[in-house]
Amino acid sequence: MARMNINFKNRVAVIGAGLTLFRRRMYETSRELAWEAAKQALDSAGLTLNDIDAVVFGSAPDAFDGIHMQGEHMTDAAGGYMKPYTRVYVGGGTGVFTAIAGWWHVASGLFDRVLVVAEEKMSPVRPHPQFVFHHIFDPVMDKPLGVNLIWIFALEMARYMYKYNIKKEDIALVSVKNKRNALDHPAAQVAAEITVDDVLNSETLVWPVQRLDISPVSDGAAAIVLCNEEYAKQYTDTPVWIEGVGWSLDTTYWTNRDLAFPKYLYYAGKMAYKMAGIDNPRKEIDVAEVYDPFDYKELHHMEGLQLARKGEAPILTREGVTQRDGDLPINPSGGLLGVGNPIAAAGLMKVAEIFWQLRKEAGKRQVAKDPVTGLAQAWGDLMQIGTVVIMRV
Amino acid sequence: MKLPGTPYKNEDFKAGKIPYVEDKPDARYQFSVGIAMSRFLEELRKGKIIGIKCIHCGRVYVPPRTFCSYCFKPTSKWVYVKDTGIVNTAVVSYIAADRGRMDKPLVVAVIELDGASPGMGILHKLGNVDPEDVTSRKIFGKRVRAVWKPEEERTGSITDILYFEPVEED
Amino acid sequence: MSSDVYIIGIGATKFSPSTPEFSFKELMYEAAVKAYNDAGIDPRKDLDVMVTAAEDYWEGISIFDEYVPDQLGAVLKPVFTVSGDGLWGVAHAHMLINTGQFDVVAVEAHSKASDIVDIQSIWRMALDPYIHRPLVDNVHVFAGLEMNIFMESLDVDRDAVSLVVSKNMGNALGNPLAPYGADVDPDMVNESEVVSYPLRSMDISKYSDGAVVAVLASRKVVEDLGVDAPRILGIGWVSGSSYIEEWDFAAPEFVWRAGQLAYSMANINDPYDSIDVAFIDDRYSFRELQSIYTLGLDNGYSLNELVYNGVTYPDGDLPVNPFGGYLGCGYPLVAGGLQKLYNAVMYMRSGGGDVETALVMTRMEYPSPSAAVAILGW
Repeated sequence: MARMNINFKNRVAVIGAGLTLFRRRMYETSRELAWEAAKQALDSAGLTLNDIDAVVFGSAPDAFDGIHMQGEHMTDAAGGYMKPYTRVYVGGGTGVFTAIAGWWHVASGLFDRVLVVAEEKMSPVRPHPQFVFHHIFDPVMDKPLGVNLIWIFALEMARYMYKYNIKKEDIALVSVKNKRNALDHPAAQVAAEITVDDVLNSETLVWPVQRLDISPVSDGAAAIVLCNEEYAKQYTDTPVWIEGVGWSLDTTYWTNRDLAFPKYLYYAGKMAYKMAGIDNPRKEIDVAEVYDPFDYKELHHMEGLQLARKGEAPILTREGVTQRDGDLPINPSGGLLGVGNPIAAAGLMKVAEIFWQLRKEAGKRQVAKDPVTGLAQAWGDLMQIGTVVIMRV
Repeated sequence: MKLPGTPYKNEDFKAGKIPYVEDKPDARYQFSVGIAMSRFLEELRKGKIIGIKCIHCGRVYVPPRTFCSYCFKPTSKWVYVKDTGIVNTAVVSYIAADRGRMDKPLVVAVIELDGASPGMGILHKLGNVDPEDVTSRKIFGKRVRAVWKPEEERTGSITDILYFEPVEED
Repeated sequence: MSSDVYIIGIGATKFSPSTPEFSFKELMYEAAVKAYNDAGIDPRKDLDVMVTAAEDYWEGISIFDEYVPDQLGAVLKPVFTVSGDGLWGVAHAHMLINTGQFDVVAVEAHSKASDIVDIQSIWRMALDPYIHRPLVDNVHVFAGLEMNIFMESLDVDRDAVSLVVSKNMGNALGNPLAPYGADVDPDMVNESEVVSYPLRSMDISKYSDGAVVAVLASRKVVEDLGVDAPRILGIGWVSGSSYIEEWDFAAPEFVWRAGQLAYSMANINDPYDSIDVAFIDDRYSFRELQSIYTLGLDNGYSLNELVYNGVTYPDGDLPVNPFGGYLGCGYPLVAGGLQKLYNAVMYMRSGGGDVETALVMTRMEYPSPSAAVAILGW
C-alpha cells in the first residue's frame, strides 16, 4: 500500500513515456528524434501539445551535434514553441535530471502539465564521438597529458577493485546480465547473449576497461509527461508518483576525491530517500535502474545508493540478487550496456523503465516481484554528479 | 512494440547514401589561468610543485586554488610539496585521446603527493613501470618520483614533468 | 499562484572588457563571496541548491558544469546548470523554493568573453547547420533585419534609436562597475560604421567579462534573518520558434508572452502604471525600444515621443537602464540577465522605498527565440 507523501505541497505524477530506437547512427536529426519521442510520450498519456503548460529539455554536451546553444535549436522540436521552455544540464546525469526539473515545475504549483524531453545525437562527430570528450578536461592540469574519458573511468574502476579486492569476473557479470536483459527491450542497440569470458577476452582499451565493459555510442531520444494530482486522477487510473528527488555535485578536482566510493551519490540518495520517507533503501526499493555506462558503475552506484554495503554489490550480483527474478532487480531494461547510451536520453529511458515496471507494463522485462517503489539514477560530469528519482504507485 | 527511428550503417554514409552538410567548428580560446594556477605553472618551470593551504581547515591543496573548496574561506598560505608521492590508482592505456590505438601502452596514475593533504592527488603518467605491475596491482600504494624535463626545455606546464617513476626502496 | 520568493543577497564583480589576471573560477568566487556576505549566509551551512547558467562553447570547456562547485561553496550540494542566461536560473530558483522543499537557492552566471579568440565564429555555431551557416558569417545580420522591420513597422526615427545609445552610455558614467560609460551624442552613433544596415557599430553592445551571484530565499528565511528584501512578484520565460524566419521582428511574440506570464503572476494589469523602473534588453540599441513596446511599457506614446520627451531618462517617468544597460556595462553573454537583476536590486535599495516595482528582462541572442521577464517589488 503506497503511502501519501506528506512532505509535498503538490504531488507530481508520471502519466506517459515515449522512446525512439537507440542506434549508433540515425537518419533523423536531433530535432526529429526529439519530436518522435515527445509525440510517443504525449500519445501514451492521451494528451496533445495543447495540453502542455511548460517544457523541460535535456541533452549532454553541445559538441556532439556541433550546435552551440543546442537547447535553443530545439525549442519547437521538443514542444516548447510559445511555452516556458528551458534546457537543464548536468552532463551524463542530465537524463534523470530532466525528470527532476520537470518535477519542480509541477511541484512548485506553477504548472499543471509538463513535457520532459531528452535527446542525444552523438553520431555527427567525426572521426569519433570520443574526440569530444577530450574537451571536458581541465585545460591546464589534464588536457596537456593527452587524457581521454576512458582513462579516468579506468582509474576509478581500478581504485574500486583495489580497495575492495574485486575480481574482474564479478564486474563482467553486470555486462552479461544487462545485455541479456536488453534482448527484451524494443529500443535496444547492443542486446546480446554473452559470457563472462567474452567480456574478459574483448579488446582492452584502458586496463581494466575492456570493450564489453562499456556501453556504446548512440543516437536516440526519450520523453515523459508529468502532471499534478488533479490532472493525474483525471487522465489515468495508474499514475506513478514521483516521491523523492535528489542530486549532488562533488568537487571539480576529481584527483582529490575518494575514487572507491561515490560520495556524491550517497548524498543525492540521502536527499531523495528523506523526501520519500525511506529509511532502509535496501529493503524499501523494489526495483532500480542505476546508471551503467560501464559495468563497474552499476556496482559502484548500488553502493553509493545504499542498495549494497561498500564492496558488497559484486557479491549480490554473483548471487543473482540483481537479476529480474531476484530480490533486488537492477537494470531490468538492459541499461546503457544493453539498450544503448544516447546520454541524456539513456537517463530518461531509466525513468521511463521504472514508470513501466511500476505500472506492470514492462512486458517480458517485468520483474518477478510486485514492485511498489522504484528508483532511477544517472551520473555524469567528471565522475562527479548523481541524480536520483524515486517513484511509487 | 515498434519504436520510431531510422538507423543507418557507416558504410551507407561512406557510400554517399546519407545526405549531410559538413562544418568544422572554429572554437579557439585563450584560457586565463588566473592567480593560483599562474604561480603553480611558474613553479613547475623552476622544477617545483607548489600547493596552497587553507589555514582554517588545514587542507593543503594541489592543484592550488584561491579559495577553500570545503570551508569557502580564501586560501592564504603557499606551501611547496615534494615531487614524490604514492600511487592511488593506475591503469594501462592502449588508446589515444581520439580513440585511435597507441603503438606502445601508456601507464597513467593518480598520485598523492607527499606534503599535500591525504587524498590530494594529481593525474600524471608513470614511466619505467611494467604494465604487469599495474594489472597485478603491485604498483598501487608504491612511492614514485617526478622525472623533470631539462630546465631549458620547461615551459611552465604540467608536462614539465615527463612522468613519475618508482622510487627504489630497500 | 502567489510568489513568495525574495532576493536576500546579490554580488557582482566589476564588468571589464577583459580580465586576463583572473581565471573564471576566481571571478565566480569574488561574486559569490560578495553575494553570500550581502545575504548574511554561510553557503556551506545554509545553501540548499546552487543554479548556474552557462553554455559550453562560451567557456571553451565541454560539460562546463563540472567546473563550478568549489568556487561557489557548493561542493557536495545539489548543483545544476541551466543553459543560456542567468535569468532562467532565477526562474528555476523561484520554482525550487515554491516547492516548499528548499529555502535558500543561489544563482550564478559569468562571462569570460575575452578568453574567446573569435567570438563570431562561436555565434555562428549556434546557427542551423543546414541553412543558415552556409549563408551567414555574422549574426549581426539578423539584428539588422530585425531592426529594419521594427523601425519600419513602428515608424521609429534613427535619432530615437541613437538616443538610446547616448542615454545608456551616459548612464554608465555613474556606475562604478560599468566599463563603457561615455558622453556620446546621437550623431556619433548615426555616423558610426554600418554593420548590417540599418545596424551601426555603436548600436551594438560591446562584450564584457564579469560574474554575478544572486541569493534567493523563502519567506521563512527572510523572517528569520529579519531583513527587508525585494520580492519576486512575478517571473515569466517563453521560447518561440528556432526558425528565425518565423519571428515577428517588430514585436516578437515570445517577448510579449514572457511579459504576460510575469504580469499575470504579479497581478499587473497596467504595466506602465505599475512599473517604476525597467532594466531591459539593449544588446542592440533598438531592442530597448522594441522591448518597451512589446512589454506594454509605452503608455500609448509613440516610441519617438517616449524618447524625445525623456520618459526613459533617469529623471523621467519610467527610467530604463538607468545604470547603463548592456550598452554601458557591456554584454556579459549568459550573465546579462543577472547583471540587470543586480542593477535592479541596487536601484531599488538606493531608492529609499520610493521605487516599488522594477522590471528585469533579457533575451538570449540569435538564433535563440527566448525571453525572460522578472518583476521585483517590496
